Amino acid sequence: MAKVIVVTSGKGGVGKTTSSAAIGSGLAMTGAKTVIIDFDIGLRNLDLIMGCERRVVYDLINVINGEANLQQALVKDKRIPDLYILPASQTRNKDALTKEGVQKVIDTLKSDGFEYIICDSPAGIEQGAMMALYFADEAIVTTNPEVSSVRDSDRITGMLSSKSYRSEQQLTPVKVHLLITRYCPERVQREEMLSIEDINDLLGIELLGVIPESKDVLSASNLGEPIILNQDSDAGKAYQDAVDRLQGIERDFRFVTYQKKGFLSRMFGG
Amino acid sequence: MGLLGYFRRNEPKKSSARSAKDRLQIIVAHEHSSSVSPAYLPEMQREIVEVIRKFMDISNNDVKCEFSDNAEDDMSVLEVNITLPKSK
Repeated sequence: MAKVIVVTSGKGGVGKTTSSAAIGSGLAMTGAKTVIIDFDIGLRNLDLIMGCERRVVYDLINVINGEANLQQALVKDKRIPDLYILPASQTRNKDALTKEGVQKVIDTLKSDGFEYIICDSPAGIEQGAMMALYFADEAIVTTNPEVSSVRDSDRITGMLSSKSYRSEQQLTPVKVHLLITRYCPERVQREEMLSIEDINDLLGIELLGVIPESKDVLSASNLGEPIILNQDSDAGKAYQDAVDRLQGIERDFRFVTYQKKGFLSRMFGG
Repeated sequence: MGLLGYFRRNEPKKSSARSAKDRLQIIVAHEHSSSVSPAYLPEMQREIVEVIRKFMDISNNDVKCEFSDNAEDDMSVLEVNITLPKSK
């Protein structure tokens, strides 16, 4: 049974595309046929993060308008055999996304045997974001430990339970997961940053993963390689844990506590 | 962090994370209460307009219905505000 998973957040710049790329890649690496759809019409970036920007010919809007078929628009990943990207249009208006059009694309993907359909949502709560979440079975709400991001995540969680197909048809509600990104245990210990528990109390969403702040994420996007492929990196390992949990495998939370430095290293600024 | 920093650590300081959580708790609770209005509200508003229109000349915009949840008092309030045209 195919699963439609939206990666959303409300606020911009919290790591939706990075997370879509990492989680989509992780799922495809299990051998499940996976597609990541970029819903950020006019500001496409998933292609860059995935390193396939030079192979984009057609896009989501072309498919919706019947100017290309799905096979022509899907970009096959060169590293992971079962992974495909469906890029956003760079030139069109986001109103080109219609409910019927998106439904048609998702239905075609399902009948083509895709097991995971990851919808990378744009920021905000306008047409693009609403279309990205409308058909979702599950949602990954990406949140930074920061006030505006937490508030927006709460808002988008409300949208998932009132503005989605599942809510309108009164089906089982969208299963919502919380993904905390750019977490810095050291700053949490100094009480400069909201903790996992704080965010949990505020949002009340089941925790899927905690990705530590890491310079490897920027390096990965510089190279156009999903961060999950770097298993030497803490962030890459944390994304792998999240992918495992998404499939029902239990994993302990890593990289969430800070090991205090010893007296000597503090004295000498080590 | 050097030697001076080590001593400074002992000074009590207000936790900014604490403030963040307190502020968020208030705003999130507020936004939840204001967003949960019953689904029948628009229809009820339409019907109220219909009833009043039998007697007076009013438009849809003259009736404002607002639903609010007051967590402290354990009750909900339905506020209906009707603007009537000046009687001639």
